[in-house]
Amino acid sequence: MTATLILGAVAYDPKVVTIWEGFRQWFYQAGLPFDFVLYSHYERQVEDLIAGRVHAAWNSPLAAVRAQRLAAATGRRVRAAVMRDTDQDLTSVVVCRADSVLTSPGDLKGRSVAVGAVDSPQATLIPLKLLADHGLDVEADLTVRRFEVGVGLHGDHIGGERLAARALAAGEVDAACMIDSNHLAFSRDGTLPPDTRVLAQTGRYDHCSMTIVDTAPADSADRFVELLLGMSYEDSRLRGLLDLEGLHEWRAGRTTGYTQLAAAVEFTGFYDRAGRVTAPGYVP
Amino acid sequence: MTPVLDLEDLGFASGAHLLVERSLRRLVPGAVLNVVGRDPALGVHLRGWCREHGHGFAAHSTGGYALQRGAADLQRWADAERAGSPHPDELVRHPEPHWGLAARGALVESGGPVPLSFDLDDRDVVWADLAPRLYAHAAAAQWDPNVAVDWSASFALPADIESAVVQVMTYLVENEQAALVIPARLLARVHPHFREVQQLLAVQAADEARHVEIFTRRALLHGSEMGTSSAGGRASLTTLLSEPDFSLASFLLSVLGEGSFLSLLSFLDLHAPDPVTRQVARLARVDEARHVAFGVAHLEHQATVDPTLRGRLRAAVERRHDALIDTAGLNADVFDALVVLAAGEWTPAAIRRGYKAVGELQRNMDEGRQRRLLRLGFPADEAAELSALHTRNFM
Repeated sequence: MTATLILGAVAYDPKVVTIWEGFRQWFYQAGLPFDFVLYSHYERQVEDLIAGRVHAAWNSPLAAVRAQRLAAATGRRVRAAVMRDTDQDLTSVVVCRADSVLTSPGDLKGRSVAVGAVDSPQATLIPLKLLADHGLDVEADLTVRRFEVGVGLHGDHIGGERLAARALAAGEVDAACMIDSNHLAFSRDGTLPPDTRVLAQTGRYDHCSMTIVDTAPADSADRFVELLLGMSYEDSRLRGLLDLEGLHEWRAGRTTGYTQLAAAVEFTGFYDRAGRVTAPGYVP
Repeated sequence: MTPVLDLEDLGFASGAHLLVERSLRRLVPGAVLNVVGRDPALGVHLRGWCREHGHGFAAHSTGGYALQRGAADLQRWADAERAGSPHPDELVRHPEPHWGLAARGALVESGGPVPLSFDLDDRDVVWADLAPRLYAHAAAAQWDPNVAVDWSASFALPADIESAVVQVMTYLVENEQAALVIPARLLARVHPHFREVQQLLAVQAADEARHVEIFTRRALLHGSEMGTSSAGGRASLTTLLSEPDFSLASFLLSVLGEGSFLSLLSFLDLHAPDPVTRQVARLARVDEARHVAFGVAHLEHQATVDPTLRGRLRAAVERRHDALIDTAGLNADVFDALVVLAAGEWTPAAIRRGYKAVGELQRNMDEGRQRRLLRLGFPADEAAELSALHTRNFM
């Protein structure tokens, strides 16, 4: 008999229940017993994954990075099994107002930057590392204004980015950080004026990842991955769920897109090498 | 040769996606579109937009961007279907529940909600070929209660004649309330594929709303008090509200009830003692005639395809008769008021005349009902029998 595959997912929004309950029924119809556990933040989800309490974790990129570190430190192995097509090759941007005197990231010296929550890869960790790479001392040269919405959700909640954008629009800060697609969304919906300027853009990075731990029942884990990769956007029974989850197809996972984030984690001291939380003041 | 789209200075915050989408639609999945433009944020936005819409994106080192067309938009519509034909003469017998609120003939994306509320979804139960024409006529015949009636017409009636008019108006309002609620409830259950029927029922409800207004306004024209509402009258109307079957409800309300009302409104037009009462009766009668026409047309059509229909119609009349057997039927105040209204004055000769006129009214109603029952295919003796079982409350 096939062992039940247990997934951990973070309940950053009520739709998470709709999505995974819908997928659960799909898996059952395909002969895969499946259940899911909801977490209120990513840290415990990753710890439970490595401890074997769940077999797979629908991870934020930061959680995926931590899972690798925790696994390495405890003799476990994790794999990046699948990811959403929409989670590959994101960039973040640092933007200023159209009338700003700033012309390059280095001009931000002595000025203020709005970012998302402390644990947001896209709106805080990766962009601040980018500014550091441009020669800015984040602590000494910048006044970083953090918008702590949904701490522990690793930036899944768009609220922090939106508040950062609003602060820029209101003239409270000199620059703000956000994902490329959120810059478009905020420019369209009026959160930002339509003509803000992009001061800097990060390299490409990947977002969420389905992490599977080596203690998971192998057959069930393989079947789980196979069923995810087989989901078709043409299938009207699945399309609504895929739309809710924000993808058109599941793709094979990869870790090559986490290089920038791993460097940012190192730079900020968010986790130590063993995957322990070391970020000062971070209480998920 | 790879097609090139030049967006000039148009950015994604100003609608550039429309031109990009249009160009991509002309390509097969996998094909490449080169995009150039001068908006400073173009590269940032194009990348995010492509990712979210399932298209590949790459920046050329020489400037410009290469988009690889994805298939998500095609996949979304791969198994879409038309919600039938837009033309009323090409209706399907059983429209799909999942077409739901889609316009008839629209291309319907699969995977939407399946409303369960449209349970009147059989063409042979709800449709009448006359419906589109009747709706067009109804829409054209709408009138404004404020101007269609000369509310300033000067007249004065003796107090008890005026009271009789007020009583009849009170009775009419009560009946029109029922006639408003019933089509309103039915129309919410009709599958939108049969939209002309929905539209007709909607106008019918709107007609009744105006009738409620003009009868109320006439009742209060010279006073501030309405007449009486009897328990038996309301019991009779309540039996109409409880009929869930579309055909039976339409039969009881439109064919028998409103059919009888045609005679009543003609009676008021002929005998009412003042011009305003005559006017409101005439206006309402035109609308009611349309309601009766739809009821008869719809049941005529149904009788041709459903041989059990007449048996069910008969049972509905008998059921209602049995339910009302212990009630008084017509409000005695209404009957007397009709006599007084037709008499116009308090002399024995006038009362005799009024009484006779109301007797004729009842015969007219009976004849009208029998005529409509004959049209529905009932034999003459059965039509007479069923007409006699109709509620004494007229509606």
